[in-house]
This record gives sequence, C-alpha cells and structure tokens, in this order.
Amino acid sequence: MLMDEGTELSLTIAQIVQRLKGSHLHSQIERQAKECLHQPEIKLESLKEDVRSFLKTSGWERKLQNAVYRELHLPPSHPAAPPEHLKEPLAYMRKAQASWEKRVLKSLNSMSTELEVPLARMRPAVEQKELTNKWNEMGTDEPGLETLPRGLAPKRSVLISLRNPNHDSSEDVSVRSHWGLIQVPLNVRDIPQLRRAYSELNLTTGQLGIDDHAHIHPVVVEQDSAAAQQYSRQGCPTGLRADLWALILNSTNQPQDVMHYEQLTAGVIQHDLLVDNLIYKDVKLTASNDDYYFVFEDFLYQVLLCFSRDTAVLDHFKYNSATPPKSYIQGEPMSTSTRAHTPTGVIPFHGFSMYVAPLCFLYNEPSKLYSVFREMYIRYFFRLHSISSSPSGIVSLCLQFERLLQTHLPQLFYHLRQIGAQPLRIAFKWMVRAFSGYLSTDQLLLLWDRILGYDSLEVVAVLAAAVFAFRAENLMEVTSLASAEAVLADLSTLKVMPLIQIFLFATAI
Amino acid sequence: MSGNTEDIKPVKCTIKPPFYLQIGDTKTDPAHSGVCVVDVTLPFGKPVNIEEITFKNYYTAYVTVRLLRRSPGQETPAKWCTALRDLPLMDNPHTERGSQDYYSIHRTQMQVDPDHVVSVRLILRQPSSAWLTFSLEDVKIFPHMEPDPEKEVSDWLSDLTLVGQHPDLEGLPDPHTVSSSIQQMWALTEVMQTNQTTASIGRFDVDGCYDINLLSLT
Repeated sequence: MLMDEGTELSLTIAQIVQRLKGSHLHSQIERQAKECLHQPEIKLESLKEDVRSFLKTSGWERKLQNAVYRELHLPPSHPAAPPEHLKEPLAYMRKAQASWEKRVLKSLNSMSTELEVPLARMRPAVEQKELTNKWNEMGTDEPGLETLPRGLAPKRSVLISLRNPNHDSSEDVSVRSHWGLIQVPLNVRDIPQLRRAYSELNLTTGQLGIDDHAHIHPVVVEQDSAAAQQYSRQGCPTGLRADLWALILNSTNQPQDVMHYEQLTAGVIQHDLLVDNLIYKDVKLTASNDDYYFVFEDFLYQVLLCFSRDTAVLDHFKYNSATPPKSYIQGEPMSTSTRAHTPTGVIPFHGFSMYVAPLCFLYNEPSKLYSVFREMYIRYFFRLHSISSSPSGIVSLCLQFERLLQTHLPQLFYHLRQIGAQPLRIAFKWMVRAFSGYLSTDQLLLLWDRILGYDSLEVVAVLAAAVFAFRAENLMEVTSLASAEAVLADLSTLKVMPLIQIFLFATAI
Repeated sequence: MSGNTEDIKPVKCTIKPPFYLQIGDTKTDPAHSGVCVVDVTLPFGKPVNIEEITFKNYYTAYVTVRLLRRSPGQETPAKWCTALRDLPLMDNPHTERGSQDYYSIHRTQMQVDPDHVVSVRLILRQPSSAWLTFSLEDVKIFPHMEPDPEKEVSDWLSDLTLVGQHPDLEGLPDPHTVSSSIQQMWALTEVMQTNQTTASIGRFDVDGCYDINLLSLT
C-alpha cells in the first residue's frame, strides 16, 4: 500500500477518527470538556489550550491515547482496495477459507436437520425461568450430548493442501526444498530476525517468572496501554497481570460494559442457538476434563454462551479472512441488519473453550472476564482458526515452525520425516490452541504475556520449535509416529521462557 | 490519499498488453528474464499532468516508471525520463507479502514533474523463479487538478432588485421566523451528517422471528 507518507498518515487518522466518533469515549470526553468550562483556571483567551491541559491532567487524554492505540492494531487500507482485500489480500487464500467455511456450514446445517433442532429458536417462558434459576450452575446437567457431533475443528489437512496457483513448483526439490507440509511461500522470520524483534527475551535480560523482583511498575499507575504492552514483554508479575492485560487490551469494566454483558445474558435466556450445544459439548469434553480448569466450568458456559450472541464481534470480520454465514428464516433471507447467524458469526469448534479457560485464573467477575476474552479473541485467537496470510495466522505459524526446525535441527527433522512423523502432525494441535491445555497454567500465562507484549502469535511457533529442540535427543531414538507422540505427550513440566530464550539466543547459526 | 481522487475520474488511456522480455533464442529456449514492459498511452493530442498512478500488483517485485513528456508550445520532440526507479512492491521477491496489494504512486514521490505526459511506460521486474507469471492490474492514471479559482459573481445576480414590498400574509406565518427556524433545522441536519458514526448500537435482534432453519454463505 505504498503511498506518499503524508497521505497515508492522514488516511489512517481519518479512519481512526471515523471509528472513534460516536463511541462512548467520545461523548464522555465531550461532556468532560463542557463541564470543565465552569472551572476557574479555564480562560476564554486560551480556551483551547486550557481545555486540552485539563483533559491531560484528568487522565482523559491518556484514555483517548489508549483508544487510538487500540485502533492502530487494525491495518490501514488502500482506498482502491475492496473490503475482501482487507480481510485477506491473497485471492487463493480467500478461496480456501471460503470452501472451508462451506464445509463447516454444511456440517452445521446437517446437524440441525438430523437432530431436528433449529439453528435458533425462542425459548418458551418456562424454559427461560428455569435457565435463569440455574444460571450459575449450568454445568450440572445437559442432556443428550453424546448424540451431538463435535464442532468442526480447523483441520491440518486443509492447510497442507493450500497451493498458490502462481507458484512454480515444477523445479526439482533440491532448489527450494522444504521438508515440511506447508507449501505456501509466506514471509516468516528466521532466527536472526527474531533475535532483533524479540531482543527483550535475550539471555542477559531478566524475565519475570525466572528472575522475580517485587516492585510495582508505574505503568499501572499511569494507565498507559502502550507502556503496559512494552512491560509485558518481560513477563507480568502474577499480582499485576490481570490489570496489565486489561490495560493492554484497553478492556474497561465501566457500567456500560457491565450492562452490555447483562444484555447478552438476557439474550441467552431468551433464545436458544444450535451452537449452544456445540459449546456445552466442547466445555464438557475439554475444560471440564482438565485438572486445572474444571472448576471454572460454569464461568466458561456463561462467557461462551454470551460470546456467541455478541454482535459487537461482527466488526472484526472486516479484517478476519473468515465471513459470518447468513441465515434464512423459513426459506426467506433475513434482513440485512441481522445477517449473521450465530450473531457473532463465530462457530465454536472442539477446543474453543480452551481460549477462555486460562483467563478464569485472572478474572473472577464475569463481565470483566468476558470483556478481556472478547478482546483477546478479536485480536489474536481468531487467527488460529482461519486461513489467511497474516504473520500471526495459523498458516504462517505452521510454516515458521517447520522452517525453524528444518534450519536449526535438520537431522531431527529428517529423521522424523523418515519414520513418518512429520513434526507438524504433532505441533499443530499445540499451536491451534496457543498451548492452552498443554502447558501448566502459570507457564501458559507467561507465554500469553508475550503474545500481548509483542502483539503477535509468532512466539507460539517459536515455542513449538523450542520444545522439539529440547526433546531432540529422545526424539532421535524413536522409530514411529506413536512413540514420537509419546515423547511429546506431556508438556506440563516445561518451563516456557528458558526454552524460548535458549532456542532464540543460544542456537548456533 | 486526499479526498480528491474520489471526485476525479481516471484518464482514459490505452494499456498495451504486457511484453515479457526473453533472453536467448525465443523459439528454442525461451528463458524468462523476469522483466516485463507495460506501455500506457494517453489520449492522442492531450498531454496529461499526472496526479497519481494506482494499480493492483500481481507478483511484481519492482516497478520502474518512465514518462514520455512533450513540452507544450515548442516543437521539440518528446523525451523519455525516469520518474521512479525500482520501487519495491514486494518485501522479498520470493515470498507473498505485497504480491497482491494495491498501490498508489503520487506525483510527489516522482523524481521529475509528471506534467505534459504523453505516454507512461512501466517496467516490471520479478527476479525470483518462484512465480509462473507477474504483472500489474487495474492501472489507472489520475490527472492533476488545479484548485478552482475564486468564482466571480455573475453579472445577472447584481441585476436583481431587492424585493421591497411585503406580500399579503393573511394567515401565514412571518417569513423571517419561518426561515430562521428552518435554518436551525438545516444546521442540525448538517451536524447529524458530519457526525455519522460507525459505532454499532449493539443490540441483538432477530427480526422478531427465532426459527432459523438454514445457513448459507450467499
């Protein structure tokens, strides 16, 4: 999107202003500005400067900065580019994502027909009352889950079959040999580039969780999003993590957020969605079976059921390569205002609840937990299950993992390939869940600190390669896929940061 | 991008089919040189002052822009000059980033003034052997518009005489109060228009009907 720098900047500014206009923050700041006129230090001659400095000292400028910072996460777009280009610039990836979506929809539609359960229905009054009563203990009984098929989880096979029609693969393997399964030439960073980008993880820099020190950083006092993000790169102290993450994500818990959450819970009570059953089944099969997360079962239902009804999530489809499906009422397409089916357009799949589960350790208030999860989803997690060329997308992560392994552990990679144990077959499931459910929770949270700190999921691919490096000796001895899986089955004792640091900064190049 | 290009239409130009340079004997051993030339001719007899060139990339790594300019009035022949040399469109010619992106080249980025341009030549380079083909799509050239000069009040306006007499206003409201209240309403609608927001209202409403039976992507 090369343009004259000045025009690119003014375009970005115009887009951000448009997005923030009419938001609650906008009206709050306006009100504050009006009210401060009563104050004696505001003089008519220097009205503009005085109001500005008032907003600065009262903390409103910082709030505005945080909101702008949040908006900057969205990529700028060229005016000539159609909306689908913002979602995903590469045509063949859009196509692959669309055909994947068709499969998911087909599965959902047939689920609905086979089980004779409508995709959405209004609950009768008796059922509404019942649900209200047991809102806090939904985990107790949900009938007939066995008959339900699982939600379609992102498939490795779909990614492996991705091909660029303009890519010349006629040349012999020798020139461009890539031993891995991903065959699309995306830009992924190698170790020298990662060392520059992740310099705060250097072996000589202290990391929280390894070298703990106890002092409260002024970023929390200052309420500065950008500074909190920088701070998070070296890990968050346990006691501050909840606040720091909320600050980085600019996730507030103001009255209107609580109200929004309550509206969503009312929505859950009022109508029943087919995808709710997918949620119940997912929570029961994954989080409830997990030693760390089973206690949060009820929270998970509440958050996920609300999430599947939150139309605010629809916004993120502008930059998500996925598209929410449309629904039809009795053969007639629904009006444009209610186009998405699960109102969020996100169809939960098996393992989805693992994105929420670790957050339950940080937030015990449902509306706050919800707000942070939603923000994390629309910033990061959605990329783990949609096909896109984004550097944080699952395709890039898989490719990066394979490249790192092949470049720095070629003997291991070759050996595993020979015994039919392609490394991606084992690592894929870790990366799709951002390691949730595979690492112990304290280690997982340290990993997610870096996802937030570096605003990228790259560190997930780096960790996957680092784990293989760590267990390389054992893996060289195995002679089958099953035994390779066994060596890598239990990651709960791993210490994440030393592994990443050693892999990035101690590997000989 | 300034708001101007929304109002300005691109110049009608003829884009010749891309010409791929070959090395060696084209019949027996066509080796792709990775260089391609796209000629864009502007309407004959109407040289253009270029504001901006926009296009969509398709796996081109670098683009060079050459302009054929003819100075007006003089009889000197038109001359080619280079406006921009080897502008990188792809970070890395072997990988995807930038390969299908939209680009604009503004006159301020060019090394020469793109005025009185008769023809534009785009030289595309793609050194990587990873791709089967490369080109640019949707090439558009936008002309430079001079800002409008101050409009002069037409003579006929000054011929209007003020209406001195007040027409018979039986039963009708005073025109001055009506016009001032309409002005206020107009001002309000202007404010509403400029304050259009993309923030959503945030309610989930299923149109009153909850029996959804079928999902589709279209």
